Amino acid sequence: MSGPALWTIIMAGALGTYALRLSFIGLLPRDRLPPRLYQSLRFVPPAVLAALILPGLVGSGASLNLSPTNPRLVAGLLAGAIAWRTRNTWLSIAAGMATLWILSAVF
Amino acid sequence: MSALSRAAWREFAAGARDQLPILAGVVPFGLIFGALAVGSGLSALVAQGFSLFIFAGSAQFVAVSLIAGAAPMVVVIGTIWIVNLRHLLYSASLAPQFSPLPARWRIPLAWLLTDEAFSVGSARYQGGDLRFAHWYFLGTGLTLWSAWQASTAVGILLRARVPTSWQLDFALPLTFLALLVPMLRDRPAIAAAAAAGSLAVILGGLPDRIGLLIAAAAGVGAGILLEGCRRLPGRSSQ
Repeated sequence: MSGPALWTIIMAGALGTYALRLSFIGLLPRDRLPPRLYQSLRFVPPAVLAALILPGLVGSGASLNLSPTNPRLVAGLLAGAIAWRTRNTWLSIAAGMATLWILSAVF
Repeated sequence: MSALSRAAWREFAAGARDQLPILAGVVPFGLIFGALAVGSGLSALVAQGFSLFIFAGSAQFVAVSLIAGAAPMVVVIGTIWIVNLRHLLYSASLAPQFSPLPARWRIPLAWLLTDEAFSVGSARYQGGDLRFAHWYFLGTGLTLWSAWQASTAVGILLRARVPTSWQLDFALPLTFLALLVPMLRDRPAIAAAAAAGSLAVILGGLPDRIGLLIAAAAGVGAGILLEGCRRLPGRSSQ
């Protein structure tokens, strides 16, 4: 593909992406959203995070792996438990990575 | 320094710090992107241009693989937009928090609104003193942006790759997990996470991250539904 075509892709892709990111943030008037909608939006972060996490632990579609010997599933469960008990981000990540490395070496 | 600017700076530094665990997962992706982009025939400038202007990992990967496969320009652009549709949801979610801010804040903060900045930033908005929380978001977003640019550049220059046996990509779901857990404070929030997570697994085969978008929207729906049930008259639980 030619240079100008590639830069067209970059600029059009960037403008569209920025428009999506700015959409509600840019358009929303200073007075607030309807309270019902506002309350519903509190579910976006947990929903998005879970949708990002779970396929990373158990795979998805054809690569689904729910086996108890799936290192990522075990490491994720352990890291989740530690996060629940300690609320310590670094500790849960460290424990998860260590578990993954150990189990990957074993299985 | 005045007390106000000290408070702002503290938020900025905290935002930057809280982005660091995410970087363990992001930097290898940046390295791979840079290496992959020049490896598939793009110039160094074009490869960096993707990271500079689009600043969205998965869209960049998909775009480069489409370009390498000689897809038409319109298809590549349309795919980038579709992959990034989920940012609409992030924008809606943060709009109430950002709406008191002047445009000179909202315009750059929206520019920094990625998966990673949204995750860390929305965790900050769960509670506490929010007067300077926009500085937190700026710190977290700029940290990610800088790391993405630097890791892309290093990937381009060295064609460097982190050995896959290190499995550093797993740092991303782990960090998201540590952010998610404190948000699971009531049943509707748990239902939102459970529905979105399981749907994302089921729909993972769909192309272009459409599965993630549908799963997240369905999760929000599940949360609303359960909260609606809770508010029904005659049920005073919780």
